[in-house]
Amino acid sequence: MTQIFGKFIERQEEYGEYLKIGFSPTSIPIQQRWRNNGLSADFLADYVYMFFPREDRTSSERQAEMKGVVSYIANELLENAMKFSYAPSQYAISLAMYLEADAISLYVTNSVDPKSLVAFQQCIQRLLTEDPNDLYMEQLMGNVEAENGGVSALGILTMLNDYGATVAWKFAPVVPEADVMIVTTMVRVPV
Amino acid sequence: MEISHENYRVKYDVAAATVVCQGSFRLRGPEEYAPILELLTQAAEAKPATLTLDLRQLQFLNSSGLNTLSKFVLLVRKLNTSQVVIQGNRQFAWQQKSMLNFQRLLPGLQLEIA
Repeated sequence: MTQIFGKFIERQEEYGEYLKIGFSPTSIPIQQRWRNNGLSADFLADYVYMFFPREDRTSSERQAEMKGVVSYIANELLENAMKFSYAPSQYAISLAMYLEADAISLYVTNSVDPKSLVAFQQCIQRLLTEDPNDLYMEQLMGNVEAENGGVSALGILTMLNDYGATVAWKFAPVVPEADVMIVTTMVRVPV
Repeated sequence: MEISHENYRVKYDVAAATVVCQGSFRLRGPEEYAPILELLTQAAEAKPATLTLDLRQLQFLNSSGLNTLSKFVLLVRKLNTSQVVIQGNRQFAWQQKSMLNFQRLLPGLQLEIA
């Protein structure tokens, strides 16, 4: 059964401009993989930098800003996926970026540990229904657990509060009727 | 006192009561950030009248790092003996987007963003 949280936008790869990278979660130790998060995030950010026109000073500044925004968001999403993907499933982690005239969307897909699914979805419910600003301060004040089930709430809250992003999630079983779920996290930022 | 790594450097100048952070902080969780937090804690516990955190060359900070720097700001607030000055650089997206949060945690904090 597929479950959607938030305003999730489905993508058809046949259309539009996109870039996608995949990682096998078990091929190298997490310490080494961690270094790749930054490299991959910066690669996407550099791609964005080239994609947007640099006609005047304002658009040049905007272009540099978008590069930083993509680097931050892609890095957070990959860190999350690397930390929380369910290794026994051997399901690959993927990161896709879609470029449109008015927005950039990032999608990260990873498997979820069946034992942490409930806590993860409860955390998502809070992120979507409560005031993100209050939750953010609560996180920074250290009043709540920084990580909950399958998500680093602080990472998502910075995207919502500081980067003006829309965040949504889709859960679907690896194969029909399977216990292991795959989560796709969508983050969309206006350009 | 100094922490050096291929991607970042943290230097605490005791005489100047200044901690300089440079490079990219992409460490994995609180355990990896512990040495940096330890150094920041030492700087705060020295209780200088003015304590400067120079982030002008900190290009990148992940959310775990944001959490670490927030802990430092909250510690200074708790000690209530130092005026904190954070120096930043608007050129780096994370500073433009997230730096004001430090001031929300400690309203008297002085931000100098160039």
